[in-house]
Amino acid sequence: MLDITGVSASYGEARVLDEVTLQVGDGEVVTLVGRNGAGKTTLLRCVMGLHRAMTGRVVFAGRDLTAVPPHRRARLGIGYVPDDRGIYAGLSVEENLTLPPATLASAWPLPRIYDTFPVLATRRRLPGGKLSGGEHQMLALARVLRTGARVLLCDEPTEGLAPIIVDRIGEILREVKRDGVAVLLVEQNLRFAATVADRHYLLAQGRIVESLRNAEVRQREGELLAYLGL
Amino acid sequence: MTSFLQQAFNGLVSGSFYALLALGLAVIFGMLRVVNFAHGAIYTLGAFGAVWLADSAGLGFWWALLLVPVALAIAGTLAERLLIHRLLALDPLYNFLLTFGIALVCQDLLRMRYGSHSQPYEHAPVTGSFDLGLFEFPRYQVFTLGLSVVVCLAVWLLLTRTRIGTIVRAAIERPELTRAFGIDTGRWVTPVFGFGVGLAALAGVLAAPMRAVNSGMGADLIITVFAVVVIGGLGSVFGSVVAGFTIGMLAALGNLYFPVLSQTSVYLLMAVVLLIRPAGLFGKEEHV
Ligand SMILES: Nc1ncnc2c1ncn2[C@@H]1O[C@H](COP(=O)(O)OP(=O)(O)OP(=O)(O)O)[C@@H](O)[C@H]1O
Ligand SMILES: [Mg+2]
Repeated sequence: MLDITGVSASYGEARVLDEVTLQVGDGEVVTLVGRNGAGKTTLLRCVMGLHRAMTGRVVFAGRDLTAVPPHRRARLGIGYVPDDRGIYAGLSVEENLTLPPATLASAWPLPRIYDTFPVLATRRRLPGGKLSGGEHQMLALARVLRTGARVLLCDEPTEGLAPIIVDRIGEILREVKRDGVAVLLVEQNLRFAATVADRHYLLAQGRIVESLRNAEVRQREGELLAYLGL
Repeated sequence: MTSFLQQAFNGLVSGSFYALLALGLAVIFGMLRVVNFAHGAIYTLGAFGAVWLADSAGLGFWWALLLVPVALAIAGTLAERLLIHRLLALDPLYNFLLTFGIALVCQDLLRMRYGSHSQPYEHAPVTGSFDLGLFEFPRYQVFTLGLSVVVCLAVWLLLTRTRIGTIVRAAIERPELTRAFGIDTGRWVTPVFGFGVGLAALAGVLAAPMRAVNSGMGADLIITVFAVVVIGGLGSVFGSVVAGFTIGMLAALGNLYFPVLSQTSVYLLMAVVLLIRPAGLFGKEEHV
């Protein structure tokens, strides 16, 4: 579904991604773990087309995205949940939700969205800026699900959220996975990652240094946490 | 009391011009991140457009009100496509210099054609005054105020009640992110620029029957309008309109009670607002 091959990127002189190669298949949840500043967010931005990769390519559903601008990538079915949730403070919850055009066949109708995220239904008319952190995250997820995106790029969706909301996000990601959606998940919470993901990539200084199965993450949790500096 | 009401009214009328100009500057800044230094020149061109239509084609005020903003909006759209657009990716300084240059060229062309004294324009659609006993409100000024309020409300409805409005507000708040949500923000940049230019031209046409029409009229006014935009919050559409009317009124009343401060009151206010709220009254801190 999503094939990233040899992607390098930099900010000015500073190289932050070095020939990153990874794949995410249909219905697969893959996490990207790494210390602060390892380049995780930059990789997602390269996939979305918001940051230009210097080398390498991103192929989505058999299509090379190199020359495709961000808005076309979104319309092809890549959904972005940015690290700051990307909620528009000046738009109402419903405007936030319906901002991205839902052009794909797999698009969720609004009633299904409000069924899955009842809190958004009750807050429909509120400005996005008035929601709590957990509600922001729900809205960010709901917004890309509504478009029917076939790949989700989620940047630390559980960061700073209460355990009950983290659990809910886990349930939603598993539901999405059953629908065959691919998820590339940046996650520092290894325990959470192991409950939703199939595989894990460890990113260090812009390189993939290890690829781990779920069982390995559970076994080596202590070592990995120490490595991540958590 | 009489002079208070009279001054408050005059202030609101000045405020109508500030609001229309600030509104255009705000949407342009919001969408392009360009401070359009040609905005005052467009206002001047608007007024001269009305004069020119009357002198050369015998077309009166209503024609001017319709044709001049449309014509200048189209010219603005072309300027955006051909010039400003090419510099958007560079340091904002380039567009600052470009629009400033355009303003100087327009101003000098008008001076070459018309000299520097004021042109008469006697085509006000309504004349006379509403005489309310203690004070009089000139009918044309009342018309200007009313039309400006209606236009500001219409823009507000357009921005808050339509799909295009939602897209423009989203693009103003988070330009880059909005593209990641499947919206080609680039497509909206040129029309929004043309729209802002049209608003400035409309203000110019409205000014023709009541203000001195000369090549420097926009340059004088626009400095205050920049202060208005900063006070309202750069890029805040709502803030620019509220600040436009408020400052028009405060400046007029300040003039009445503290004549010494008449030239500086707006800038004093700006300094105070910036000290307390650096992003302006309704502005938000920048996001990418
Ligand atoms: N806009 C920018 N300009 C310059 N350098 C940047 C920019 N954004 C990120 N960087 C640098 O690039 C490197 C990778 O940043 P990135 O945000 O991709 O890391 P990350 O793995 O997402 O980190 P975190 O866990 O803190 O979110 C860091 O060293 C960071 O300082
Ligand atoms: Mg990050």
